[in-house]
Amino acid sequence: MSRDFDQRRRRFLTTTATVVGGGGLVAAAVPFLTSLQPSARARIASGPVDVDISDLRKGGARRTVKWRGRPVVVLYRTPEMIGELRENDPQLRDPKSLKAQQPEFARNEYRSLRPEYLVLLAQCTHFGCVPIYLAAGAEHNLGEDWNGGFYCPCHRSRFDLAGRVYKGVPAQLNLEVPLYRFSGEQKLIIGEEAV
Amino acid sequence: MDKRLSAPLRFLGWLDDRIPVSRFWHDHMACYYAPKNFNFWYYFGSLALFMLVLQIVTGIWLAMNYKPSAEFAFASVEYIMRDVDWGWLLRYMHSTGASFFFIVIYLHMFRALLYGSYREPRELLWTIGMLSYLVLMAEAFFGYLLPWGQMSYWGAKVIISVFSVLPWGDELATLMRGDYLISDATLNRFFALHVIALPLLLGILVGAHLMALHHVGSNNPDGLEIKRRKDAQGRPLDSVPFHPYYTVKDIFGLSVFLFIFFAIVFFAPDLGGYFLEHNNFVAADPLKTPDTIAPVWYFTPFYSILRAIPHKLGGVIAMGAAVMLFFLLPWLDRGRVRSIRYRGPIFRGALAAFAFSFVALGVLGTLHTDRPWYNYTLRTLTAVYFAFFLLMPIYSRYDRELPEPERLR
Amino acid sequence: MLPGGAAAAAADGGETPRYHAQISDLHSLQRGLRLFVNYCAGCHGARYVRYQRISEDLKLPAEVMQRNLMFGTDKLGAHMSSAMSAADGKRFFQVAPPDLSVVARSRGASWLYAYLTGFYLDETRPSGVNNLVFPDTAMPHALWPLQGLRRPVYRTEEGPLGVPQQLVDHLEQVRAGSMNEEQYARAAGDLVNFLYYIGEPARMERRFFGPWVMLYLLLLILVTWLLKRDYWKDVH
Repeated sequence: MSRDFDQRRRRFLTTTATVVGGGGLVAAAVPFLTSLQPSARARIASGPVDVDISDLRKGGARRTVKWRGRPVVVLYRTPEMIGELRENDPQLRDPKSLKAQQPEFARNEYRSLRPEYLVLLAQCTHFGCVPIYLAAGAEHNLGEDWNGGFYCPCHRSRFDLAGRVYKGVPAQLNLEVPLYRFSGEQKLIIGEEAV
Repeated sequence: MDKRLSAPLRFLGWLDDRIPVSRFWHDHMACYYAPKNFNFWYYFGSLALFMLVLQIVTGIWLAMNYKPSAEFAFASVEYIMRDVDWGWLLRYMHSTGASFFFIVIYLHMFRALLYGSYREPRELLWTIGMLSYLVLMAEAFFGYLLPWGQMSYWGAKVIISVFSVLPWGDELATLMRGDYLISDATLNRFFALHVIALPLLLGILVGAHLMALHHVGSNNPDGLEIKRRKDAQGRPLDSVPFHPYYTVKDIFGLSVFLFIFFAIVFFAPDLGGYFLEHNNFVAADPLKTPDTIAPVWYFTPFYSILRAIPHKLGGVIAMGAAVMLFFLLPWLDRGRVRSIRYRGPIFRGALAAFAFSFVALGVLGTLHTDRPWYNYTLRTLTAVYFAFFLLMPIYSRYDRELPEPERLR
Repeated sequence: MLPGGAAAAAADGGETPRYHAQISDLHSLQRGLRLFVNYCAGCHGARYVRYQRISEDLKLPAEVMQRNLMFGTDKLGAHMSSAMSAADGKRFFQVAPPDLSVVARSRGASWLYAYLTGFYLDETRPSGVNNLVFPDTAMPHALWPLQGLRRPVYRTEEGPLGVPQQLVDHLEQVRAGSMNEEQYARAAGDLVNFLYYIGEPARMERRFFGPWVMLYLLLLILVTWLLKRDYWKDVH
């Protein structure tokens, strides 16, 4: 065996082979890794959900549907209910919805696309329990000034009729508003943005 | 610890104090001396190891989406083919991989026959290798049921009934199926064996195979023992360290292999019905046998021997013996030289006839015909197959062998 | 009137024309889809195939699919399931019409083509027709409004053991369909192409990525060969 080889040539060839082979290995990893993402079936199953809203006409009327395995509540609010929202502002942690808990279109005082329909992910921002709807007139021990809203049975977090979180409760963030759009007067599509 | 060393080297030193990383590399790669005259046939050992790893990795990925149930198995394979991103590639790599594993193993075994790699002191190396081959056959058989197509179903049914000729055969067959017919229970246990039990066993056997290999050292195309002649430092003459010489060579071999492998995967994954059988795209139906049943190509040589014997028990015994006789090779061979290069004309002729009979039995096993010549040809080839083994103690002893050289050529 | 064996003999002995299905012609696949939806999907499902995948692969906008090519569902992500239940199918045809998702992989394109073009009148069959490559098939000739109706013309040949045997020599048009022979052959081809595509939609991806992988591996072979050759210069 002799040692009289061209050092530079050998180093060059070794580097080239490492780069070419390594590139191939990285490329080969792509199918393996991308196959781990949700499949076409999962993507379709998590697609938009249609909600019939034609019968939500009374204040407090609501419907809960499953979207991506989580409950989404659609609530009808009367003009009075919307009007009272402003009264809650001093008691709220984030009255102006500054934290990104809603799509851009719902960053307004009533946190929705159309004022009368509130669409919320019914999942407490504390530990994920499902908050309960409590009307202002219902039996409760939440104080005289309760204007109606959502109440989490797990750790007593409270949210107003726009899903905004009150001060002094364990939850720190407003309830999340999912992407949605209206399709005519009767139908709401959750999980799709208006074009 | 020496502070002048770079961080990776210091980490290696830390490791070496606790687990022998460097010594392992030294013993099995950098200072494992292999004969310098390895030829084409010596690529298939490392390729077999690569195939094992590839099958395990693609298998893990398939198992993430496959459902081992009679109701959903067929649909879950189509789900992998259609809904899982790149699922089709994972599946084709695994199915093509099964066939290529056998191609590589058959060539690896033929190499051992050519150069006498099973001869003393490598009897156990050979025996462990043969055990791995048996496990591989079982692994392929269990895996073939999983797509739950017609060929899966009826292939498993035929093979399991082969066991029913044994004493207490019907009870044994029921025990294997876990039911009175091939059913959901059978599929579930075949899945367990295919993804856990047999791969684990295969891994252990391959480890033992490599351990034995590195203990006795590699044979070579000249069949000479390189350890007999060493230089002043005690290194065998006519040898090179495995790393870098055989690592770069094997990586080159792997590149060529991958080219052929992926040509099949991308352009002909069913290879005209040989790698993926047409009837296996019909879901399993216990009430309807397909028009023709033949095993996948890698089992057809033994299947032909089964069909050549016009007696049920006799056929099964012959088929079993055809596999088992390989185990006895180290003790059947009485030649004084190892390599085909110095064997006499009788052994050369016998090996050629054997190789021909193996391939021909394999090809004929894929045909579907009842013509009279067919059975006679099968029987003649079967006779040649067995004669190679059974007459070996005689012809290998009285052959006119050539003198072996002193050193590797 | 002929014994049923005549047709069977023709099927065994007659050579079926080779048909090479191809998936590169999207227009052909779209025509095939239309035929499938209008003439097959009433009885046959393709339960592993999603409308959405077809819409993406055949470059058909979702609205076109939903308006013209989907019946019984408006969900683009839904599978192409059959409008007819298996039990009803069994009642109408004695056997449930098979699912066609992977029929091209089990039967092959040539067989499908020969089947679609091989129907002929046979009063002994409940459906009134028989088939050259699938004797006594339970399926009626769903495409007859296109192809029209044909009757067999027999010839006598000496069979095994010297017994004369009647074979179908050719088929003769007795009632014209809306297509002439050439148009029908093309329609059958379109339908086979479509079935071939849904049998393995991944074929499109395979064909796309395959050449690049091969090119890369050629480069890898070259580089590793140079490396190996350089190292092995040391060994004499």
